[in-house]
Amino acid sequence: MAVCIAVIAKENYPLYIRSVPTQNELKFHYTVHTSLDVVEEKISAVGKSLGDQRELYLGLLYPTEDYKVYGYVTNSKVKFVIVVDSSNTSLRDNEIRSMFRKLHNTFTDVMCNPFHNPGDTIQSKAFDGIVSGMMVQSG
Amino acid sequence: MDQESGAASSAGSFISLTEHEQRLYSALHGRCQADAAGKLSSGKVAELFKASQLPPEALHKVTEVCGAKRLGYFGTPQFFVALKLLAAAQSGLPVRLESVTANLPLPRFVGLKSEPEMRYATLPASIEGPGAQCGAAPAAVSWTPADRSTSRHPEANVEKKEPRSPPRSPCSSPAHSPLTYRSYPYAKPKDGADSQMTYESKQSPRPIAKLEQQHSSPMNYGTKAPAEHPAMARASSAERLAQQGAGDSPGDDPWRITEEQLEYYTNQFRSLQPDLGALILGAVAKHFFTKSKLPIPELSHIWELSDVDRDGALTFSEFCTAFHLIVARKNGYPLPESLPPSLQPGFTQQEEDIPDTPESAEALIVFEEAEPRPNQMDRSIIERIQPSLATTKQDLKEESCKKAALACTHTVKRKTRTSKVYTIVPPDHFRKEKKRGGDMLGDNASLTRMTTPQRKQTLQLGAFPERPEPPQHLDPQMRTKTRPRSYSSTSIEDAMKKAEEPPTPPPRPQKSHSRASSLDLNKLFQQGAPGVKSGWPLPPPALPPRPSTSQVSHFINASEKTPPNKVQQPNFADFSHFREEEESCVKPEEPGPRSRFGPSTEDLTNASKQDVCPSQAPQKPVRRKYHPESQNPEAAPPPAASFPPTAKPAQKLLSGQKREIQMAIRKNKESNAVLTRLNSELQQQLKVVHQERVTLESQLEPLRPLAST
Repeated sequence: MAVCIAVIAKENYPLYIRSVPTQNELKFHYTVHTSLDVVEEKISAVGKSLGDQRELYLGLLYPTEDYKVYGYVTNSKVKFVIVVDSSNTSLRDNEIRSMFRKLHNTFTDVMCNPFHNPGDTIQSKAFDGIVSGMMVQSG
Repeated sequence: MDQESGAASSAGSFISLTEHEQRLYSALHGRCQADAAGKLSSGKVAELFKASQLPPEALHKVTEVCGAKRLGYFGTPQFFVALKLLAAAQSGLPVRLESVTANLPLPRFVGLKSEPEMRYATLPASIEGPGAQCGAAPAAVSWTPADRSTSRHPEANVEKKEPRSPPRSPCSSPAHSPLTYRSYPYAKPKDGADSQMTYESKQSPRPIAKLEQQHSSPMNYGTKAPAEHPAMARASSAERLAQQGAGDSPGDDPWRITEEQLEYYTNQFRSLQPDLGALILGAVAKHFFTKSKLPIPELSHIWELSDVDRDGALTFSEFCTAFHLIVARKNGYPLPESLPPSLQPGFTQQEEDIPDTPESAEALIVFEEAEPRPNQMDRSIIERIQPSLATTKQDLKEESCKKAALACTHTVKRKTRTSKVYTIVPPDHFRKEKKRGGDMLGDNASLTRMTTPQRKQTLQLGAFPERPEPPQHLDPQMRTKTRPRSYSSTSIEDAMKKAEEPPTPPPRPQKSHSRASSLDLNKLFQQGAPGVKSGWPLPPPALPPRPSTSQVSHFINASEKTPPNKVQQPNFADFSHFREEEESCVKPEEPGPRSRFGPSTEDLTNASKQDVCPSQAPQKPVRRKYHPESQNPEAAPPPAASFPPTAKPAQKLLSGQKREIQMAIRKNKESNAVLTRLNSELQQQLKVVHQERVTLESQLEPLRPLAST
């Protein structure tokens, strides 16, 4: 259901970014980049109980007229960003969460691959497959 | 040889021959027993032509084009042209003189009798020589650095000879493997000559240079020099045998591991890890497989395919799978997108109990949760539990997940979790698993790893709550398996969690919980239980000021009674209380109870805030509730007494409706109580998992290379 999915490393460079309408990729790149600010803000704001109580799912980062941006951050400060079309109102919070969960799982699988160096861009076909599965249904 | 080389050079002036071709042709020329005048024995030539496996008319054409027909004999130039044309014909080009100028691979000949002569003749040049023979070399030579490889080549070829001769005999090894993809000129006295021809013609377009380059990057994994020879011999013999089977059925499964190969892999495994039952760590495996000189993305893909339990280490069967894929890749097979069925872990004979049993045990847990569901499930579950691994794993998973989910709610509602003992698997397992949840080792050796997918599914769901989407998450090739996370407490709760999703939505929409206050409670609950639950598990207890106010109190009472058993009785009591209240409250007292229920909702909110330990906190409001309730009955009768005459007819109607509603509410409360309890347990699990993740990621941090600029 997503229009764009991005994985961003701790140092805020993209490990993986993919969007469905390939003609507007630059716009999505820009969107994801700007969403990083919001992510940082949310991470720093959650200071009440550090550690595992910190919410991984950040929720809706910000909406625009065209789409909504959701964020998720792992404990190692790797961020996942999903951009969803606003017209797709049927998407519920739970579904977004499950998408992030899947992403996280697949991301962990990629990390476990000894041939993958952390910090490299993600070139796993399995990861691509999962992401495509999440993006196919979108308009 | 001088004569031959002279002939070659002279012939080479007529047509351009590469060095390899010159050597081959010279060898063949020598084979054909040229007499002093340079004429070749037509018998031998004919034999050679037959060995090329071309149809007779092609051979006639070749003879005609090369000029031998005209001459009446095969002179050296004609012979060389003929050889060139043979190569052209084998690669599918038309037999014409123009083809001769094309850059052709070497012609291939099958079943030549005077094999030793050929071998020796070509041996000095064998390294770059006939591409056909070349094929064996890369496979046989070790994966040593390139500088060593050249010295190895003659040895490799020598090594090749010995293993070559045994397979020479019409060996009936039914081996199929990707190695058979290589065709060899002398491989097959068997029937598959034609099929092998197709192999050859298929392969001839392949650049021979690639084969030559692969000299330095062959099979063996850099064992020490003395060990290399046996290893190389073994590798070459393995491939030899594999090639024998090549011609048999090219359509056969190239992904199956032959005995020879398995033995070879076993030895390689032992060189890395003496214990066959243990795991090879990822770093070790990476170092090992990197020696294969395959590009890193391909190795990465191979790893993804072969590490089916996603633990970052390779068991023996995973290692075999990976090795086999590497072999296949080196032999030119494209990497599959998903694991071929014959390479899937259930296929190999080796089974490691330790990594398997927890997984299989948890699969059993899923099933045992599913079992209490009456009737229908039992048979289907029993069928499923039987390790019918190969087929329909996906269906299994999906159905088991759904039904386990559904069954779990029933189980939870009816009885406590620990009561049942299931008969599918020896009861010991389940009792142990039920109680301890995590100590499942060593019991389920019988179940192979094929149950892993189910276990994975449950784990995956357990770690994070999901809607009835589990089936969608299952890739056809078991790719969505999660890694072995904390086995201990996740399993049962996983199944229970699954139980939550499907059945609970129906009750919720039935109730008219559409007030904004419901959202408030959701938020409150979210604050109390971060990151786990969304709003729905706690359907808004705060309800519209219609008769639903009574429902609120019902709900509160039910939700607080964590053991489902106790839910019944106090609810009855509550109902009676509330019925009295409602009857009294119907007309003028509606605002009254509503106000009373106002504080009750506040109690609920307070309870929700304390919901971290739901077992305790909710009880407080219960007690508080009882006070007003106890007061209410007291207050109720007097007003009830005063109001009955006027309120009765209307009350009856309303009470009738309310009873229905209350019945439904009771059910809701039960489920809600269960869900609340599950909620808390899952939150605890989540904390555990979070902690684990933190530790893992903190471990990962220092391992990351200096990429953090």
